[in-house]
Amino acid sequence: MPKAEEYQKKAIELYQETVTGNEEISPGVYLISYKRKHDFIPGQVVKIGIDNTQAPRIYSICSGNHEEEIRVLFNVKEDGYLTPKLASLIPGDQLLVSKPYGSFLGTEASAWWIATGTGIAPFYCMFRSGQFENKTLVHGVRHLNQFYFEDELDWSLGKNYVRCCSQEQSCDVFPGRVTDYLKTVDHLPPKQRYYLCGKALMVVEVRDLLIERGIPYENIIAEIYF
Amino acid sequence: MVKEALFGKTLSELQELVLEMGLPKFTAKQLTDWLYKKEVSSIEEMTNLSKKARELLAEKYVFGLVDPTKVQESTDGTKKYLFPTSNAKFIETAMIPDRDRKTVCVSSQVGCKMGCLFCMTGKQGFQGQLTAGEIVNQIRNIPEWQEVTNIVYMGMGEPFDNLDEVLKSTEIMTADWGFAMSPRRITVSSIGIVPGLVRFLNESEAHLAISLHTPFHEERQQLMPVEIAYPLEDVLQEIRDWDFGRQRRVSFEYIVFHELNDTPAHVKEMARLLDGIKCRINLIRFHPIPNTPLKGTDETTLVQFKEGLEAKGITTTIRASRGQDIYAACGLLSTKTMVKKD
Repeated sequence: MPKAEEYQKKAIELYQETVTGNEEISPGVYLISYKRKHDFIPGQVVKIGIDNTQAPRIYSICSGNHEEEIRVLFNVKEDGYLTPKLASLIPGDQLLVSKPYGSFLGTEASAWWIATGTGIAPFYCMFRSGQFENKTLVHGVRHLNQFYFEDELDWSLGKNYVRCCSQEQSCDVFPGRVTDYLKTVDHLPPKQRYYLCGKALMVVEVRDLLIERGIPYENIIAEIYF
Repeated sequence: MVKEALFGKTLSELQELVLEMGLPKFTAKQLTDWLYKKEVSSIEEMTNLSKKARELLAEKYVFGLVDPTKVQESTDGTKKYLFPTSNAKFIETAMIPDRDRKTVCVSSQVGCKMGCLFCMTGKQGFQGQLTAGEIVNQIRNIPEWQEVTNIVYMGMGEPFDNLDEVLKSTEIMTADWGFAMSPRRITVSSIGIVPGLVRFLNESEAHLAISLHTPFHEERQQLMPVEIAYPLEDVLQEIRDWDFGRQRRVSFEYIVFHELNDTPAHVKEMARLLDGIKCRINLIRFHPIPNTPLKGTDETTLVQFKEGLEAKGITTTIRASRGQDIYAACGLLSTKTMVKKD
């Protein structure tokens, strides 16, 4: 069928890259890297695949735009096709990647970055690209060991780095979900942009909360992992 | 041990299953007759199977039909059925009678991952995938099932995010051994996940509906986060390249919001974007949901918008709102707080 052939051609738009690193930074969460060959805007994504038999998946870039490598943060889904294979790759192995693209873009302007889990990736990319001035980062996780890159973020963002943990407690960590934390914030500036990244339920709940608190919905930019 | 359902299995899956059990291959065809063509609901009632075969099957399997636990009926005749799912959640199904037609609007997921700003199901988040059996059960296990003329995948969930099971369900609905419906009576509606779209176009003959809602990238991104990953432009490119036959149809769903996407600029851009695509646009009235800044457009603007599109040569219809009083209308299905209690 002509259409299928064309789809195969499109699949070839992915190009081969050599894995330069693959580290399990937390149980079941990996940071895989390969050499950067293209410029990108912080917040953009890449498609990643292992072979041409399955459609590639989309991941946010999780490294700065001046760094030599592109890194991608992923969670292993035990019943998934791609992520268990990705997790087993070692430096020197090949993977298929696309050029960076996408429109969840960071800027220098003041903003709130709100993420859950591996949804931290685009914000860490913006952070590593130098866009951390006047930003408030709220990161929600279930367990304390899921605050990826926390030392670096804490050092640079200080009190503008809010960690929320729903199932474990620690000092300096808000006990509860991101939405619980936002409910405690007295003033959410209506003119700033609010970037949301994570699973659908968090995004829709936070979006509802922000709208209820008077944030114009055109100032809310959401990226959902699916 | 939880027994697996036979209902929802395709002929080839049943052939494999009977061979594994040491039963003759033709048993699979007998099974599809009982599962998809006859009014029975237990393995025991499959009387042209030997007693031994029925006993063997019953050791590992159940027939697998699941009854609705609640039915609500609208003043306009629309019915909303509530079905429990295997993961102890619930889904909703709407049956919409209209003159000589009975259309069933099926769900493909429990909740949805897509988070569209205007959709009540999106506010539920994602709670699980439905199996092909759970999708087909929404048709087979309502009292009107023998009178169903059309099926639309426009209930809870994003069909292309559960495409394996959706394609299996359409196979069961259209195969000679299944419901033997024409694929032209089935419409699968998606927000446009491109890899799923390409596969659907290749592997199914059912009609396609795409939720468009605004032709402008920035605006669509705020209404539908999927626009960031799969921009409308890419979706339309795939559709434009596809040779829709005389029978297969593509339509675009467009909820008309007050002073957001109901302007002449939107008409103009829609005409530009859809140039070269033989299609129809369905304009949908917005049914308000909690915590959304969106408002539906007024009737005059709605009609003007329709006329504007038609003046550009695009066939446009305004979809009648049905079942609004029982929250069965477009974008209102939700079972967020429901958990099955055994």
